[in-house]
This record gives sequence, C-alpha cells and structure tokens, in this order.
Amino acid sequence: MPVPVSDLMLAAPQWFVLIMTCVTLLVSLWSGKKASPWTYGLSQVTLLGAVVITALMYDQPRTVAFYGNMIFDKISALLTIFVCVITAFVLLYSRDYLKQHKMAYTEYHVLTLFSALGMMVLVSSYSFISLYVGLELFTLPLYALIALRRDAAVFAEASMKYFVMGAMASGMLLYGLSMLYGATGTVDIPSIASAIVGLPQGQHLIIVFGLVFVLAGIAFKLGAVPFHMWVPDVYDGSPNTVTLMIATGPKIAAFGLVVRLLAEALPDVHVAWQHGLILIAVLSIVLGNIVAIVQTNIKRMLAYSSIAHMGYMLLGIIAGTASGYSASMFYTLIYAIMSLAAFGLVSMLSRDGVDIQRIEDLRGLNARNPWLAFMMLLVMFSMAGVPPLAGFMAKIAVLEAVISVGQVWLAVVALLFAIVGAYYYLRVVKVMYFDEPIKKTDIELPSMDMRVAMTINGLSVLILGMFPAVLMGLCRAAF
Amino acid sequence: MYIESLVFVVFSVMLIGSALAMIVSRNTIYSALFLVACFVASSVLWLLLEAEFLALILIFVYVGAVMTLFLFVVMLLNMDIVSHEKGAFVRYLPVGIVLMLGMLALMMYVISPTHFAVLTSVQHPADYSNIKALGAVLYTQYAYPVEVTSVILLVAIIAAVSLAARHKGNRRSQNIDVQLAATKGDRLQVLKMPSEKFSGASDIGGPEQPARGE
Repeated sequence: MPVPVSDLMLAAPQWFVLIMTCVTLLVSLWSGKKASPWTYGLSQVTLLGAVVITALMYDQPRTVAFYGNMIFDKISALLTIFVCVITAFVLLYSRDYLKQHKMAYTEYHVLTLFSALGMMVLVSSYSFISLYVGLELFTLPLYALIALRRDAAVFAEASMKYFVMGAMASGMLLYGLSMLYGATGTVDIPSIASAIVGLPQGQHLIIVFGLVFVLAGIAFKLGAVPFHMWVPDVYDGSPNTVTLMIATGPKIAAFGLVVRLLAEALPDVHVAWQHGLILIAVLSIVLGNIVAIVQTNIKRMLAYSSIAHMGYMLLGIIAGTASGYSASMFYTLIYAIMSLAAFGLVSMLSRDGVDIQRIEDLRGLNARNPWLAFMMLLVMFSMAGVPPLAGFMAKIAVLEAVISVGQVWLAVVALLFAIVGAYYYLRVVKVMYFDEPIKKTDIELPSMDMRVAMTINGLSVLILGMFPAVLMGLCRAAF
Repeated sequence: MYIESLVFVVFSVMLIGSALAMIVSRNTIYSALFLVACFVASSVLWLLLEAEFLALILIFVYVGAVMTLFLFVVMLLNMDIVSHEKGAFVRYLPVGIVLMLGMLALMMYVISPTHFAVLTSVQHPADYSNIKALGAVLYTQYAYPVEVTSVILLVAIIAAVSLAARHKGNRRSQNIDVQLAATKGDRLQVLKMPSEKFSGASDIGGPEQPARGE
C-alpha cells in the first residue's frame, strides 16, 4: 500500500518549503559570500511560494492524508499561510541586524525556514506521532538560533534555558500522550476522540491523568502561568531578531497544538480540561499584566505581556464552542501581527551594535521619526485593547465566547486586568511622545522595503480593527 | 512463565538501580557506563515483550554507537572534574522525595491494569518477523512522520555545525586553493653554508682531548 500521489499533493506546501530550504542552503554554500543576497531572496521565494500554493489549495475539502497522519483543512491552511507570511516578515526585519551583528547569515535563514516547516507540519498533523515530530522540528532550530550570536554569554544561557525547558515540556507532553494511547489504544486524533466516547465512565480517570501532563506541556509551549518562567528570560536573553522569531510564529503553532489536542482529540473530556485551562488562563492574565508593570526592559515587558495575551487567547478555547475556537484563532493571529510589529521595531531600531534594551531607549522617538513612533503607538494601543484597533476586536471576540457559555466572572477578571495592562502599554507611548530624546538626530529604518513592510504591518493592526469581517470570516469558516 | 517473571524482576531492578546510580554518580564516565547498563537492561525487557528487533537496535545503536561517542566526548572534554556544587543533590533531596512519593502514590492509584484493557497482547507464532512487520508500515503508513524525522536529523546536523564551527580559533579547515598553489619556492629554502673540514677529532661534543703539539 504505497502513499497515493493525491496525498503528496496535499502536502505540497510542506515539501515545497523542504526542497527550497535545501536549495537555499546549497546555493548559499556555493555563492561563497558571508551574506549572500541569494540566501535572502530564495528564503523569501520559499515562503511566498508556500503561501501561494496553500492559497490555491484553500478551497479544497477537508481531507485526511498519509494514513491519518496529516490533514488538510481550513485550520491548517489558514495557520500555514499566516506562519509563512509572518516568517517572511521576520526575515525581512532581521536582514540588517544579522549583517550588523555578524550573525551566521545562511544558518539563520535556513534554520528559520526549517522552524517554519515544523510549524506547518504541526498545524496540519492529525495523529500524535506527526504532531510530536512537528513540534520537535519547529522547536529544535529555535534553540540553535538563540545561540547563533556568540559574542556574549547571555545568548548561550538563554539557549540552554530554552532547551532544557523545552525538553522538559516535550517529555511531559509525551508522557501524557502515552497515557492517552494506553487508554484508547490508538494515536490517531479522530480515533482517540471516538474511543473516549466508547469508554465506560470509570475509565476516564486515566484520560484525565494523561490530560494533566498534556496541559502542562501545552502551557509550557504557550508560555502560560505556571509554566511561564522561561518566557522573560529567553525573550530577554536572545538576540532581538530571534526574540522576534520566537514571539510570533510559535504562538500560531502552539495554537494549532491546542486545537488538535484539546478540541479535536479530547472534546468529550471538555469539562476536565476546561478547569485546568481556566486556572492557567486566569493566572496568566493576572500575573502577566501585573508583573509587566514593573519592567524597565522592553523585551521583558513584552514577554510578560505575551504571557497575559496567551491567557486571553485561552479564553476562547475554554468556551469550547466553534465560535470560541474561531475567536481564539482570531486572537492568536492578531497577537502574532502585533508582536511582529513590536519586536520588529525593537530589532530594527537596534543599530551600531547596540540593542534596544530599556523602554527608556525609545525616548522621544516621535521627535526623531514621527512615522515609526506612530506605528509603535498603533501597536501599543492595539495590545492594550483600545478601539478601533485589532486588539480590541480580538478581545471582544474571546470575551463574547466565554460570556456565551455562562462564564461571566472570567470575562470580568479578564477585562479588569486588561485595564491594569493598559498602563504599561501607555507608558511606552508616553516615553515616545512626551519625553525628551537624548539624541536629537533623526533615525530611519535601514532600507525602503523595511519601511514599507513596517508600514503595512502597523497599518494592518488598524485596518483589521476597523474591518475585521474578512479575517473573522476566515476563522469562522475554519471551525 | 516463572522464568519470565524472574527475568523481568532481575532486569527491572537492574534498570532502576543503574538509572539511580547514573544520576547519583559523581564521575561522568561511571554515569555513562551506568547508562549503558540501563540500555542493556531495558533491551532485555523489550525482548520479553517480543520486540526483538527494537531490543537489538537499542544495543547496536545506543550502546554500540551513541554511548561510545558519548564516552569519547566525555574523555576528550575532560569533564570528569565534578563542577556542580557539592550538596546540591542532598539539599533538594527531601523535597524531591516528598514529591516523588506523592506522585508515586497518585500514579499507583490511577494507573491500574484495568485502564489499559484496550491493549490486549497478541500471541505471535515463533517465526513471526518483527523486521517484516516494521518494514511493512514504516515507509507506507508512517512515511510522513519518518520523513519529518529525517528532516529533524538534518536540522540537528546544520544546527550542530553552525554552533560548533563559528569560532575562528578552533576550526581546523583546509584551504585547498592555497595548498595547491604552493610552489617549491614557498616550501624549500636553500641555505648557503661554508663547508667545514673534518679535522680529526672534532672540538665539539667529543670527550676531553689531551693537549697536543707541545
């Protein structure tokens, strides 16, 4: 029973990225230069090609391929497109940083592409085995990426922390999955869902036992409380462009992991994982928003803000309804766009070998470059959830989802801490607009394409906030 | 059946014992060797489960190749100096034991054989081939995960090379163009030396000569 050709066609975006990444690696090797324009160009062609292929396939019906190991559905297609687009932006934003800091140019691009490939595998996996190998493929390059800059010990430390924590999370996830396998006798996601329905009531204990470990693994990967301690350290200790990479794409992939594991494999023990997720979400929202207030380092502040945002994202999953899942998906995608812009700006403004570290470093940005300051203002307001920006629509959607299942208190807590969170976002705006700059010289992004990309990225937060219907419709159609 | 349980108990105890010893041992090489013992014990347990192929692969690949490499690395890097703080293990031991016992009690309560009733073991005939069974599914049913796993290995190679070969100092690479372009003039130097005449017993290095020509 060989693999049918139609299955290979369904995996077209994935093998396109795989082949093109290998081509990029070889061409860069033979081009002989340290930072060849071919590396960058081919990487972008790879990602855009994958976007085009996935977009062309978008209307195909939901199909399971490779003997139940892979699925092509609207969720996987939409998440794949976003992973590729966001990775393309990451590569664009990081191009000059890599040259300035003499980071390994080819390796950075190739490892980033492989990580994106892993995310694509993860979001389209339909059995525990392909889910796990996808997870490993997307995290393994990230550990190496952090340590690529060898000029200071902090990078090695952050890499080590991320590696050890990631290995532990994988171990926990695997242990939980093995329990689920033991109870149901299968690793295919739909078979597990139907096997659980058939189990007698007393047998659910072992499922819940496995579920606890699965939830711990998921919380690690999302960076949610109480498994969040690595997030600020790793964000802070990584080179700015790698932080940009870690803070954007992996969140989308982790959302795919949550949906496949909880919504598709374990819908019948919804009550069990709902309790766990409520705890994780509330703790994340409270701790993330409160601790972010006292941060003076902008990367640490954004790290705690990401912990809080992951809490908000989980609200939609907690609701456990189709509209809840689509609200979470919308939230994840919007968060990825916002965090792309925020970290992108932080890494592009780092120049002359100096990284932007403190919020103070943004002093008087308005006087030095009003347009960039305006973009950062849009992103900060959006993260705080100010209408009419995208972050506001995303928050509305997840809150609506939890209210519709009767968990009003959750919505109230989330809203209260969103107000607390507004303080530290507004402080960034205050520093940019009302503090005197230390140096008066104008600053500008290094090249035209970066300026255009930053503008698109910043304005997309505004446009998606005013006209959310298209993206919201795509998310609705996925579930 | 009796023999089987005996083998199971003996090798389970060996597995747990060597796993503990591996963690506790302060000498890195001992730890590595205890890990080898772990692999051997678990491969015997796998044999009991009739997974002969996997059991042998565990010995061949892990004991034969991976652990040998590991020992090489340990010996080359001279890591037998115990650098981690003394007493860190003992300091966390009470907390660890409490947590471990709690977890153990919980797991013994939760994980009972009845939960795994779905998995009934199938008795295979004596000529059943594990390799055939694995080979039949590996590149068909599991082709997709196998391919992704191979990509993971590729990533591991690229990551390891890019992390290890970045330092200018520790890289021992050949520059073949320069080597081929080398001429005789670069390598060979002809020195003009005044010829010396051998004058009987030399005055250097020889034993003390009696004074002559008085």
